[in-house]
Amino acid sequence: MANQSFDVVVVGSGPGGYVAAIRCAQLGLSVGVAEDDRPGGVCLNWGCIPTKALLRNAEIVGLFHRAEEFGITVGDWKADYAQAIQRSRRVADRMAKGVEFLFRKNKITLVPGSGTLKSKSVIEVKGKEGAQTLEARRAVILATGSEPKSLPGVTIDEQGVISSNGAVRTEARPASLIVIGAGAVGMEFADVYRAYGVEVTVLEALPRVLPVEDEEASAQIARLFTRRGMTVRTGVKVVKVAPAADQVMVEIDAEGKRESLTASQVLMAVGRAARTKNLGLEALGVSMERGFVTVGPTMETSVKGIFAVGDMAGRQMLAHKAMAEGVVAAETIAGRSPHPVDYGNVPSCTYCRPQVASIGISEAAAKADGREVSVGRFPFTANGKAVALGETEGFLKVVADKRTGEILGVHIVGPEATELIHEFAVGRTLEATLEEIIHTIHAHPTLSEASLEATLAALGQAIHI
Amino acid sequence: MITKVLMPKLSDAMETGKVIKWLKKEGDAIKGGDVIAEIETDKANVEIEAFGSGVLRKIVVGEGGQVPVGDMIGVIADPADDIGAVAAAPAAPAPAAAAPPARAADTPAPAPLPAMESYRSVPATNTVVPITASPVQAPARDGRVKASPLARKIAAQSGVDLRLLQGTGPGGRIVRRDVESAATAPRPAAAPAAAAAAPPAARPQFVISSRTDAEYEDRALSPMRATIAKRMPLSKAPVPHFYVTSEVSMDRAWTLRAELNGLEGQPKISVTDMVIRACALALLKNPGVNAQLQGDKLRIFHRAHIGVAVALDEGLITPVLRDCDVKPLAQIAMEARDLAERARGGKLRAQEFSGATFSISNLGMYDVEEFSAIINPPEGAILAVGSVVERPVVDNGQIRVGRRMKMTISCDHRAMDGAMGARFLQDVKRLLEEPLRLLV
Repeated sequence: MANQSFDVVVVGSGPGGYVAAIRCAQLGLSVGVAEDDRPGGVCLNWGCIPTKALLRNAEIVGLFHRAEEFGITVGDWKADYAQAIQRSRRVADRMAKGVEFLFRKNKITLVPGSGTLKSKSVIEVKGKEGAQTLEARRAVILATGSEPKSLPGVTIDEQGVISSNGAVRTEARPASLIVIGAGAVGMEFADVYRAYGVEVTVLEALPRVLPVEDEEASAQIARLFTRRGMTVRTGVKVVKVAPAADQVMVEIDAEGKRESLTASQVLMAVGRAARTKNLGLEALGVSMERGFVTVGPTMETSVKGIFAVGDMAGRQMLAHKAMAEGVVAAETIAGRSPHPVDYGNVPSCTYCRPQVASIGISEAAAKADGREVSVGRFPFTANGKAVALGETEGFLKVVADKRTGEILGVHIVGPEATELIHEFAVGRTLEATLEEIIHTIHAHPTLSEASLEATLAALGQAIHI
Repeated sequence: MITKVLMPKLSDAMETGKVIKWLKKEGDAIKGGDVIAEIETDKANVEIEAFGSGVLRKIVVGEGGQVPVGDMIGVIADPADDIGAVAAAPAAPAPAAAAPPARAADTPAPAPLPAMESYRSVPATNTVVPITASPVQAPARDGRVKASPLARKIAAQSGVDLRLLQGTGPGGRIVRRDVESAATAPRPAAAPAAAAAAPPAARPQFVISSRTDAEYEDRALSPMRATIAKRMPLSKAPVPHFYVTSEVSMDRAWTLRAELNGLEGQPKISVTDMVIRACALALLKNPGVNAQLQGDKLRIFHRAHIGVAVALDEGLITPVLRDCDVKPLAQIAMEARDLAERARGGKLRAQEFSGATFSISNLGMYDVEEFSAIINPPEGAILAVGSVVERPVVDNGQIRVGRRMKMTISCDHRAMDGAMGARFLQDVKRLLEEPLRLLV
């Protein structure tokens, strides 16, 4: 294939890469995108999207179990896990096709293969049909994402020890599962497998599940998971993982006591590592820090003309953060002066049941920061819409600065928490204070009323509790 | 989108303008509201703001170039826009209003981009790069300050005046970090600024330059001098001036001012500031003086927008303090100082030196006892203020030392009569002699 020349070459087409590519194209730049997998990256193909499809299945299964509560008698019913996986693959396929459509619409050239920087402006793309070189006349945007990490000495074979990559592909489900790592990925898969009857044990080295969330959110989720028949153990260190014929043995250290657990499968969910190998970064002298590419406020790396966005560029490893960075990189390259990404205002979402979402800082972090805080809480048991839905587990908590009413952080556990959080995301972007939220009329009955009530509670004025 | 940058019409009298300086280079990214160039008009040096966003693709009129109002001086466009047609077109006289932004012809493929880089490169370093947005000018139109609720609250609690801040948020909005950095920054040098407004303490050096060989020299008129030369006869000849002079006892005003200026954290008040406030209140009481003859109508203003003449090396300019009738003295002092400083730096915006309903000229700092000023049309009156001088005064049959100040109002006799001017002056005098009235 002939060599091609573009204004901008993007390496990787996940949420960071494809958004950067489209924004560049919108601003009149010609764009080529190198991708060694399906367009859409991990997010659309193997991460966010297919797991949301699986969680929807888990939710429906959960409702079937609760049918009697709604006065519905269900005869024989069966939840086929293989079909749940198949459905999630169809959903992912549809989203990946959507990215292909957007590329065509924006006249973006998709070049299959893995890209390597040969110089600041030349990228070699090696695909099934051989290699070709792409010239980047203006800039290169690296967006190669991340891949699941493992514990030292433990190999992810996607048989006995699987990662999220294997879990979203595997139609068979284990009889029992040990999830190592109680972050968003671990908790979401625990939820799905549990809904389909798997015996689930969640292990977390830190003292609580969802360690990045507010302590109250962690405590609530741990309690609810336990109530659903899962074993949740925090503050335990995994010493050894030993796969055998049809069992995996996990040796743990719980407060100095050694224990040995077994399950049919282990899901490794201890985090993700940036994909920065074989990109040619070292030869060009691109600065790295702890495995991530160092970037400035415009997403430019230490090498002029080379930009990096998304998971590989560090900070929160979240698709929506990657998209925001992609826009900043694209607009910078097109000669605009975009506002830099506000990393203090990125929503964090976990889609287990009930959902967990937060923005800003936790109550503990605010206090550690020396802020005098006022905290408002509102339980969904007191919210009419939640009661009508039969989804009353959880609460909404607002942490504000006592003096100014600044919204420091909001933490939600409960139905549609991941949607509810955006009221506060917008509020924080506009630097709204508690007063602006309480002067906003919230429709009744809605889950969003909990936002209003928790805000009122922070001012000592809650009506419905 | 392609946006033509046109020579703006910044005053009714303006016919041509000169580009003094481009503050952006070709290839620089431009956001709407960015200050892109300085223009010398007949009145002042003015910064002009970009209306469109994109990249400054072409500078059509270079620094020093003088063109008629409405001529294109530059082109802002997206990097991909083909500006050939626009940029090549001769600078045809365009309507005074900003030309509608032209859309690039529907080219199937984007035009080839210049090989040069046109983005601001901020490569990462291993040291922490501060992530701060570049400040954007926040023109406070209609006196509205764009600020977030949180910024307002923190400003109120920390005593920061939002009007003096420049926002760095989207669209120049004042956000928390702007207020916080203002609150922690050392207070702006109030003392030197006050000194600039007050009479200079030290006498200027007294040097007479030596005689030159040349009998005389002819100097080209600066646009400002040319305008003054053109406009003053247009005032003095057709506008029948009459003058009323009055002497004010400034003893109490002087004491009050010293007391006010002794307050910590308050802006320093000048005599001019007190005169501005007194005139604003007197204008409300005497609307007939706050009036302009407009053809066959008399326009009576219900606002006191007061122009304050500021002497410059090459002439003078009269920046306008708006709504002085509703502004406290401290605010007038701050705004007057800010306007005067920017007037001397040639940094006034067009809207800041037009729209006065009344003007004040104070030559007190030059040891002038009294003088009379020429009305600046279409205004109806101007007050000329002399020095505050110590002199023997007779008080209840006793001679003592008192402070006195003379002021002379010039009025347009077509719009008002002698007694109206006299009553106005009487009220100004009373306000200054009972100066607590300036504070309530």
